[in-house]
Amino acid sequence: MSQLTGIVTAADPALRNRSLDAFCRAASLVDLQAEAAALDQFRRASGNLYERVRALFFLYAIHRFHLPFKPGMRAQGLIPFRGYEHLLHRRFEEAIEIFLAAQSASRPSAAISSALAAAYHGLAFQTLAGQVRRSVRTVRGNQWMFRTGHPADYPLRLRPELLAQSGGLFPILRETTPVRMDLTHSGWSDIFFLGMDFPEGARVLNVSIDLAVRGAGAPKPPVEAWFRIIDAPILRLSSVDLQASAEITTLAEVFDFARDYLGLLKAAVIASGIVPPGMEGAGQPLADVLAALTGRPGHGIEIVSRVNDIPKGSRLAVSTNLLASLIAVCMRATGQAHALTGQLTETDRRLAAARAILGEWLGGSGGGWQDSGGLWPAIKLIEGVPAAEGDSEFGISRGCLLPRHRILGTDEVSAETRRRLQASLVLVHGGMAQDVGPILEMVTEKYLLRSEAEWQGRQQAIRTLDEILGRLRAGDVAAIGAATQRNFEGPIQTIIPWATNLYTETLIRRARDEMGVGFWGFWMLGGMSGGGMGFIFAPTVKPRAEERLAAIMHETKHRLERAVPFAMDPVVYDFAINERGTHADLLAGPNALMPPGYYTLAVPALLRTETRLLSAARRAELDRFAAACRTAPELSGMVQNLFDHMLPRAAHDGGDPSQSLEALLDRHGFDRVQHEQIQADLRSGRIGLAQNRLPATSRIEDVAPHHDSEALVDATAGLPARYRETGMQALTDGMAAVVTFAGGAGSRWTKGAGVVKALHPFSKIAGRHRNFIEAHLAKSRRTSRIAGLPLPHVITTSYLTHDAIAHWATVTEPRPSRSGPIYPGPLLLSPGRHIGLRLVPMVRDLRFAWEEMPQQLLDDQAQKVRESLHASLIAWAQQAGEAANYTANLPMQCLHPVGHWYELPNLFRNGVLARLLEERPRLRYLMLHNIDTLGADLAPDLLGLHIESGAALTTEVIARQLDDRGGGLARVDGRVRLVEGLALPDERVEFHLSYYNSATYWVDIDRLLQVFSLTRADLANHDKVAAAVRAMSARMPAYITLKDVKKRWGKGQEDIYPVAQFEKLWGDMTALPELDCRFVAVPRNRGQQLKEPAQLDGWLRDGSAAYLESLGDW
Amino acid sequence: MKIRKAVITAAGPTQRSLPLQTLIDRDGVEKPVLRIIVDEALRAGIEEIAIVVSPGDEVSYARVAGDHAGRLRFVPQPEPLGYGHAVLCARDFIGRDPFLHLVGDHLYISRTEKGCAQQLVEVAEAHGCAVSAVQSTRENLLPHYGAAGGQRVAGSQDLYRIDTVIEKPTPTEAEQRLVVPGLRAGHYLCFFGMHVLTPTVMDFLAPRVSLSAALAELARREQYLALERANRRYDIGVRYGLLTAQLALSLSGRDRDEVLSQLVGLLATA
Repeated sequence: MSQLTGIVTAADPALRNRSLDAFCRAASLVDLQAEAAALDQFRRASGNLYERVRALFFLYAIHRFHLPFKPGMRAQGLIPFRGYEHLLHRRFEEAIEIFLAAQSASRPSAAISSALAAAYHGLAFQTLAGQVRRSVRTVRGNQWMFRTGHPADYPLRLRPELLAQSGGLFPILRETTPVRMDLTHSGWSDIFFLGMDFPEGARVLNVSIDLAVRGAGAPKPPVEAWFRIIDAPILRLSSVDLQASAEITTLAEVFDFARDYLGLLKAAVIASGIVPPGMEGAGQPLADVLAALTGRPGHGIEIVSRVNDIPKGSRLAVSTNLLASLIAVCMRATGQAHALTGQLTETDRRLAAARAILGEWLGGSGGGWQDSGGLWPAIKLIEGVPAAEGDSEFGISRGCLLPRHRILGTDEVSAETRRRLQASLVLVHGGMAQDVGPILEMVTEKYLLRSEAEWQGRQQAIRTLDEILGRLRAGDVAAIGAATQRNFEGPIQTIIPWATNLYTETLIRRARDEMGVGFWGFWMLGGMSGGGMGFIFAPTVKPRAEERLAAIMHETKHRLERAVPFAMDPVVYDFAINERGTHADLLAGPNALMPPGYYTLAVPALLRTETRLLSAARRAELDRFAAACRTAPELSGMVQNLFDHMLPRAAHDGGDPSQSLEALLDRHGFDRVQHEQIQADLRSGRIGLAQNRLPATSRIEDVAPHHDSEALVDATAGLPARYRETGMQALTDGMAAVVTFAGGAGSRWTKGAGVVKALHPFSKIAGRHRNFIEAHLAKSRRTSRIAGLPLPHVITTSYLTHDAIAHWATVTEPRPSRSGPIYPGPLLLSPGRHIGLRLVPMVRDLRFAWEEMPQQLLDDQAQKVRESLHASLIAWAQQAGEAANYTANLPMQCLHPVGHWYELPNLFRNGVLARLLEERPRLRYLMLHNIDTLGADLAPDLLGLHIESGAALTTEVIARQLDDRGGGLARVDGRVRLVEGLALPDERVEFHLSYYNSATYWVDIDRLLQVFSLTRADLANHDKVAAAVRAMSARMPAYITLKDVKKRWGKGQEDIYPVAQFEKLWGDMTALPELDCRFVAVPRNRGQQLKEPAQLDGWLRDGSAAYLESLGDW
Repeated sequence: MKIRKAVITAAGPTQRSLPLQTLIDRDGVEKPVLRIIVDEALRAGIEEIAIVVSPGDEVSYARVAGDHAGRLRFVPQPEPLGYGHAVLCARDFIGRDPFLHLVGDHLYISRTEKGCAQQLVEVAEAHGCAVSAVQSTRENLLPHYGAAGGQRVAGSQDLYRIDTVIEKPTPTEAEQRLVVPGLRAGHYLCFFGMHVLTPTVMDFLAPRVSLSAALAELARREQYLALERANRRYDIGVRYGLLTAQLALSLSGRDRDEVLSQLVGLLATA
């Protein structure tokens, strides 16, 4: 038996918990390949779900982190496109078969390993998610909902109390629910996968709390759900805080989650069984279901949700608790919960929690199993439960889906301790926009791999929980603060380094500095820090700390907001422990009114309708509402509110006029003629996503160093020493400089948030957080030191990045020497000279992108949500006007950079190159690279190679792996050149290209100028330079692309819109016949790009981070 | 245990006139519903029958009872305080004896020569405990019935030991508390409207307490079985209930061929 399958199947914890990494580090290539083959056999044969999953994660890690780096492993290989297609369609088993066959047919390679790693990873998560879903469906009390497919089989009836009209009004059932905070953060142990495999370690201390934004009144349950019968055969849903309402008349609409902002309410309607999930796709009228439910044909129901001033991303599980609250009110109304009003019984709370998990799955989202903790009162210990005989999970997973909640009474945590806790904790929302999904995946993966440090961290986190529990019993809040601080600095960051960030650490440092011994500790809530967070202070300093924390957060946010994505301004909350959990009351007679915000939403439409056309209940409600407006204090000001809604005032943003869209366009050199031409071409179909492509008749072939030795040099195993000597000499002579492209928005990095990626402090390097520019400057500092001459470093900027980078370069601390400049050599910014205005996309292009291009299919339910979203976005594009100017966002979000082709010509036009040449007359060579190519440095051997080749342009390429999408090196109709992914006539062509363009270029300035028909002397002649650039630009293809752009609204809400823009790319220069181009294959750690935060963990673990650290003087 | 007494409830405000309706029984004889029900009890060996009625209905019921009138005792339910209370009204009649309980708005048709009540009484006497007739019923009908949860009695195909009883459960609660191994998915043991009960049940009944709640308590105190048989019951209180019950009686009795040919003729011309 192989050693790794032995670890997977071991009953002895000492062997079972052995680290994979430790084993792989010691194993040879051949041994590891044999282990991989044995594990693959094992996972096919094993009947145990978790053994299969662990074997899959082992296989993923072997192919991702170990095999590619073993001596003797080949880098280059072709990944079969058919396997890739299977990956996209989530047919992971089929993909694995194809990749394994390719591996046997050719030789193993890092390329095939990258594909296998992705397939094993996908299959592992698919298997786990499938098991959670099966468990959710098999929870007793949920199963019937999946069997009920026809209104004639519909078994629910409303409770009679809700049918008793009084004064023409139906009573309203109102549920109020607290949110929850996790007092311990036990290493994300509430992730379902973890709790179901390691129930002994899945423990949290969960506290139900009421909230209010500081100074806005007493804390109250932040979540409310309202339910009543109505005299129309419809399902009326309203979200007061999202200002959205819909009258649903068909079953299909109920299941259409992304159509509007009411997805959560729909998920609750389904998960509560009011419209059971089994009815998805049924063609019968919704009215039949409602008639059976209410027992009154012609009647329906109305559900309203309200979240009181708690923004998204609070890490307090607001959305899960809202879902649970909605489900609870629906269950009460239909008799599925025993109590119509008051608290829920334990059985009913457990069922509502299970239904909330179902609802999250239906809505395509997901949370942890402690998230619906607001259903329970006060402080409770939530623990994983080992599966026992009779449980549906027994024999499949070690733990049950649902944990056990043990409420800690005042005998365990005294009333005085609770008071002290409230007197010390400060809850805040830091304002950062975050996506915790990748973090949760990383936690699962590391747990199953039992990485040494992670596993030790987890054990430590478990001990911390016990410590906090003990301190809580003893009433020692200061010690709790110390423990949560230790937990954050230790286990949490050991397991996931990305849980912290510069913003959080700055807040902690400043809070500690200002409050001294009064600062007792920081405490992380939820998936990561930066959004909802907790600080613990001595009660004596708490009022001042709250005030100061608000100021510190605002200041820090202001300083970092161009570098770090923020969704909103930070807030400080007042909170109170909620001692009763979710609670309902019945509002009858004159009290049967919805919350005030509901009427702001509903009344304008009612007033526009003739009274005689309103139903009797609506008329009665309006009468009652009108009366209440005069008497009820909570409705004071309602008349004014309604007027404001019905007669909207002229839009006036009150912002700085210099930041208006028109002003920005004028300032940044917007070319209206070119824009209108592009708009017309887009509308007429002359350009578009489909038109980006080269003619189908183009002959596109792969390039290999042994066949095309003149064009492509393989430097992956190093270059002859003479190149290094040549390069060193040139460096010493001041003949080279570095140009870093930092003009782009980095839209994949923050999903269109519009921050400056170059300034994003993405990782701790050499002890502290560094941004991309700092990383590049550290490398140049080292090169300068080695060459004995400061290396000029140019950073290109654009309208989006210039001010922020310029500001950072002049004032930002920390810097290498606190008194000195940020970079000892010439550091120049090269501002952009071109700008584009985004356009509403063509429906044709949206369909092309979503239907013609290969797309990653999501999990079934998430895919349904995505398709529904696509339909809505197509409707938006039609309504907004295809190819119309996109102006419905902040002005900066409406502009776009026009592609990195312009970066170098900008150097000609803005005088930066001329200045540099004046200062360094011997300067002749530039290394250009992207901001995210962290391993690129001015390597003397590559410089020497470029010099000796005599080429005008040398481009670095790397052996393609699965994620390297977007073109590559090819022989196109006989010429070796770069070809952009957008230009490939067929997606599969890319999979025949061995090399990917890492976008690092070496340029001979004089020879390049020559191609532009310029000389060094001409650089002073602005008109000549401008004409030369325009002429060359006209020869470059303009690609239409779709980019995601975020639009923020409400309280931390974000919508993402696909918008059309155009770009020109530098790689197309290699197609110019008069430009002498060469290519060099470099090692992966030099050419790899960091495009998404989700790549960071792999980047850290596969040695790339250590490689970067070795390249710089930090 | 010998069962000699029966209690028939007929005091429900909407069911008062139902036992007075006339139908043609399986033997081809025209009879009021009340007599058919009483016949069902008598076939089971019952000797004394109490009928719980609304005050004032005694005379009309006695009139339609015909020959059986002498065996009947009418017990008025002074106020409509629920089904459970109606049964409780017969407390004095029952004393400490076990009894058969039927409802006045249902007719029962056996698939065998033995009557439904007879089958039930035999099982109760054999086991010496309370037994309720049940049928496996789809979950969408749960809002209409009381339902029982329990385990199959070892070695028996149609007998269950009842652990719990819930009146008109939601499918959610049924799935959590009433799943019976061996039944099809989404099917539960719902009451057939016919029970043999021990006098203990009277200890748990009170005004506004449902019979199901009392039966749930009974299940906690003593052995309580459920008998599942493929018999038929017909609620004559629902729309077309009387017609359906008549057709069922006819098709299971002496006039089957005649009724069938009339039905076929009706269908051919419809």
